[in-house]
Amino acid sequence: MTQKARLEEVRWHGRGGQGAVLGASILGSAAALYEGKYAVSFPSFGAERRGAPVQAFTRIADQVIRTRSQIYHPTRIIVLDDTLFGVVDITDGAQAGATVLVNTRRSISELDIPAGLNVVLLDASAIAQEIIGVGIVNTTMLGALAGATNLVGLDAIKKAIADALPEKIAGRNIAAAEAAYWEVKGG
Amino acid sequence: MPGKAPVKKYITANEAVAHAARLARVEVIAAYPITPQTSIVEKLASFIASGEMDADFIKVESEHSALTACMGARMAGVRAFTSTSSQGLEYMHEMLAYSSGGRYPLVMANVCRSVALPWSIWGDQQDAIQQRDTGWIQLFTETAQEALDMVLQAYRIAEDHRILLPVMICLDGFIQSHTEELVEIPDQESVDAFLPPYDPVVTLDVDDPHSISVGGFGKHYAAWRKEQQEAAERAKEVIVEVGDEFARIFGRHYGGLIEAYRIEGAQAVLLTMGALVGTAREVVDEMRAEGKAVGLIKVRAFRPFPAEELRQALSQVKAAAVLDRDCSYGYEGALATDLKAALYGLANPPAVLGFIGGLGGADVPPERMRYMLERALSVKKGAPSSAEFIDL
Repeated sequence: MTQKARLEEVRWHGRGGQGAVLGASILGSAAALYEGKYAVSFPSFGAERRGAPVQAFTRIADQVIRTRSQIYHPTRIIVLDDTLFGVVDITDGAQAGATVLVNTRRSISELDIPAGLNVVLLDASAIAQEIIGVGIVNTTMLGALAGATNLVGLDAIKKAIADALPEKIAGRNIAAAEAAYWEVKGG
Repeated sequence: MPGKAPVKKYITANEAVAHAARLARVEVIAAYPITPQTSIVEKLASFIASGEMDADFIKVESEHSALTACMGARMAGVRAFTSTSSQGLEYMHEMLAYSSGGRYPLVMANVCRSVALPWSIWGDQQDAIQQRDTGWIQLFTETAQEALDMVLQAYRIAEDHRILLPVMICLDGFIQSHTEELVEIPDQESVDAFLPPYDPVVTLDVDDPHSISVGGFGKHYAAWRKEQQEAAERAKEVIVEVGDEFARIFGRHYGGLIEAYRIEGAQAVLLTMGALVGTAREVVDEMRAEGKAVGLIKVRAFRPFPAEELRQALSQVKAAAVLDRDCSYGYEGALATDLKAALYGLANPPAVLGFIGGLGGADVPPERMRYMLERALSVKKGAPSSAEFIDL
């Protein structure tokens, strides 16, 4: 009961309306319902409005997660909107070697990311625009996360997207997640 | 054990509570929206719309009316449900006392939130604590699963003919209400076996007339109130009994009025209520691993107050740190006061250190929990304590 198994703490950065909260939720349900893990997910408990910077969080572990405090030292950081660099401290408190997955067209040298972090960049907006038809990238970024890390598998992500979204749009979101998965994996 | 295997869902405590009301076969829901409660009744409305639940949803113009409508439903002999938070609970205040005095076996979920002013929609427990003396049974929960399970148990407790008192199930705003986690949804057949249909003592019936909203004067009033107090005291046994029976059917046991966690040989014990217990468990485990003699008591029942259980659990402890997410202004946190009163007369009582924190949604990280326990470990026996605000 006292052993400290690895606790994954994921922090999502987006702007209100970009689906960070739903992304955090889908990630948690993928791990908890389809990979036999425990997870919790929650929005940042602060004012939220369309366009303003928002955060959301997912914790994942192999055992019951009891802590209810906020996440201060993330192991993974997912950035849905690269205009947030310079607006909020994206990598604040990041653990050494934390994954920083960014939706961007810019190169790493154009982003203000400290050394010692595992940075993964992709143009998720382009994938989402092409496959889903709108630039909402939360599901695309989930596929990229599955490709870039061993946190959660693509199959679980696809099932959790199917649970979370109306049938009409779930298929295209799953396709976008899959495209991002292979782009990160193959790249 | 009847029924099928339970379904696991990844949901918030609010959604879990809505499932509990559905499974309890509630027939009347009356509610008014307020953050962070609203998603409970939204989910219930969707259950009714989809035909998963056969109930009347009464859209009322205020929380005061919501509780009154629930009382009316109970008079008619059906099971009712409402939920609220903060300003809404305060607006119900008049009817809280009315319904407990009238011995209506109501069940309500209160999603705990701070009260204005300053305006804040965020979590603490001031709203529930302010209703302490309205005669409601008040039970606090730690997880989404416990919130679901306790709503089911609440109907058994409230409707028990030895009790007939309303029960408020408290869950913490945001850290429970808006946090998704794995929850087992019990199957209907098992719930039906645990919770039989409502068996009212009296209903509105023209063929069997009763006076329901009675008046009382002097001795009659006092005798009525004494019966209410005795029922609230009896609820201690019934809460434990119902919890034990629930465990036999569903396999989940929460420990009765209090849950003592790792208090064997503890010199310092932290007491708190609600979801922050989870964080405290982690901190106690960490400090135990460092060889520190610390433990935790989760206070589940605030009314009736588990005075005897706390006296026994703390009789050998040097100091108790109490984390209150409320304040009785001009004195201290309410749990700290009640604990001190419970310990009165104990031969060698622990020092009680009162802390007030997690107010207005302030995060209580593990370091703060550790701070309170370290303070308790280093306190001198019997040293005076005060209300220390830890969020600042």
